[in-house]
Amino acid sequence: MSLIGNLFFSSIGRKFIMAITGLVLVGFVFGHLVGNLQIFLPPDHINGYAHFLQDLGPALWLVRIVLLVCVALHIWAAVALTLESKAARGPNQYGVHKWLHATWASRAMRWTGVIVFFFILYHLAHFTLGVAGQETFKTQLPEWTMQHDAKELGITLAKKGEVVHDVYSMVFLGFQNPVVSLFYIIATTLLSIHLLHGVESLFQTIGWRNGSWSAFLRKVVTGLCILYFLGNLVIPGAILAGIAKPAEGTAAAKITAGTPVTAPAAHN
Amino acid sequence: MVAETSKNISVTIRVWRQPAADQPGKFVDYPAKDLNPNMSLLEMLDVVNDQLERIGEDPIAFAHDCREGICGTCSLVIDGKPHGPHHGVASCQTYMRSFEDNSIITIEPFRAKSFPIVKDLISDRSAFDAIQQAGGFISIRTGSAQDANATPIPKDIADLAMDAAQCIGCGACVAACKNASAMLFVSAKVSQLGLLPQGQPERDTRVLNMVAKMDELGFGNCTNQYECSAACPKLISHDFIARMNRDYLAASFRTAFKPKPAASGGGGA
Ligand code: HEM
Ligand code: SF4
Ligand code: FES
Repeated sequence: MSLIGNLFFSSIGRKFIMAITGLVLVGFVFGHLVGNLQIFLPPDHINGYAHFLQDLGPALWLVRIVLLVCVALHIWAAVALTLESKAARGPNQYGVHKWLHATWASRAMRWTGVIVFFFILYHLAHFTLGVAGQETFKTQLPEWTMQHDAKELGITLAKKGEVVHDVYSMVFLGFQNPVVSLFYIIATTLLSIHLLHGVESLFQTIGWRNGSWSAFLRKVVTGLCILYFLGNLVIPGAILAGIAKPAEGTAAAKITAGTPVTAPAAHN
Repeated sequence: MVAETSKNISVTIRVWRQPAADQPGKFVDYPAKDLNPNMSLLEMLDVVNDQLERIGEDPIAFAHDCREGICGTCSLVIDGKPHGPHHGVASCQTYMRSFEDNSIITIEPFRAKSFPIVKDLISDRSAFDAIQQAGGFISIRTGSAQDANATPIPKDIADLAMDAAQCIGCGACVAACKNASAMLFVSAKVSQLGLLPQGQPERDTRVLNMVAKMDELGFGNCTNQYECSAACPKLISHDFIARMNRDYLAASFRTAFKPKPAASGGGGA
């Protein structure tokens, strides 16, 4: 078979595709979390950061397309491999079956994956497209005027006085809804569990895991997944519990206090 | 393992009976009474079969050969685990003292689409032979034996190749895997030769062809849960699977970008 044939149509090739796309997505979700944790800093941070991303234009689309292709390939490989494996097991099930070694996280991969998929759809509808939770979508809120220059890693994200979308308020208002927050918490918990097996598994798939360091790898992966879980828990958790309060003067603070906010200026 | 003991035990065996490949099967209970606890599980089946034959019933068909854990023929799933309760022990080396008095022991054949049941507890594992024939060999002139030290091999490499060569081709890895994947078996066979100098000339074609054959025969896909190595009577490590994955991917890339000799249609243009 050709290289493409080996990668897309052999058992090991498809696993490799699942591992590489999984790795790209892992890189994305960790970066995304770090970006999102800026919600606990003054509004200039996350608003400047969101403005910077929006302003990337074609580069933003390139990243989006790469991510979408990764999600599509990952799911395609997962479904194709799963169907083949189900067929390979054959029609006759064992009368008695014992699990010998498999971890619970590994046994939940298929349904944690499926729920994460529905979560991704909802998440895009919620914060990217504004189809769900429309009244608190960023285009419906008054815009935010940058109080200071927003700078990160030496890059200027937005300048003082620039008028940008108020992502800060959108997130605060969105997570004041217990149903929304709970769904985010459940879905990111399941994603953490998906990664508990997935990240370790991808090293085996690529061929970089062996007995001499597998115990260490397991600890690193477990630690990362716990951090990922906590990071994602604290954003909706702290907002819902009222531990984190929106900063003075933001639309979120006004709406929370019951003050009407001015209608948004016409915007692109 | 339970110590040698002299108190006789009685058990009920719940056995998969299936008259032929194309007929439905079912579990049937048989009493096995007053057994010497130091008899093997297969000897217990011999005793039960003796009794069945005496009353004119069809004896339970089961596969066995060496009865000393080296041939890989005794393919039984015992109480939900291929090869029974012990770690690194084949069915034929499992003794009645490992079971409780008056217990029910469920005995089934290895199951997988690629291991069709022939009769009762016997499944056809010739798919493994087909995988071996696709690359589990080295092509050399035999002739007179070489000097033993003509090809030096580092001790750790030789040991690792020997670990892989422990595989007896029993199929327990497939039987235990929720995906009926043959990766542990194939990785052992690929590594056993691929680690050694004599295996190098065919290293890439071996792994590519054996994996292609494995896929073609309908074995499932590994999900890295390691049920296989936990069931393996020879304790073949799933590290060999990681090694084979690496070998397969490298061979795929190498083969795609390797210049082809003119004789096979490649060369100058
Ligand atoms: C979108 C819906 C998703 C589905 C349906 C899905 C499904 C799956 C399935 C079935 C597996 C194979 C499990 C196994 O081998 O036992 C898997 C593996 C994996 N998934 Fe996902 N997943 C999804 C999303 C994600 C996301 C968002 C990430 C990363 C943030 C991710 C990272 C991984 C990784 C790293 C692996 C391991 C690949 C390997 O075994 O080598 N998955 N996924
Ligand atoms: S790897 Fe182990 S379980 Fe699989 S065929 Fe070889 S000896 Fe049997
Ligand atoms: S009969 Fe040969 S290994 Fe069991």
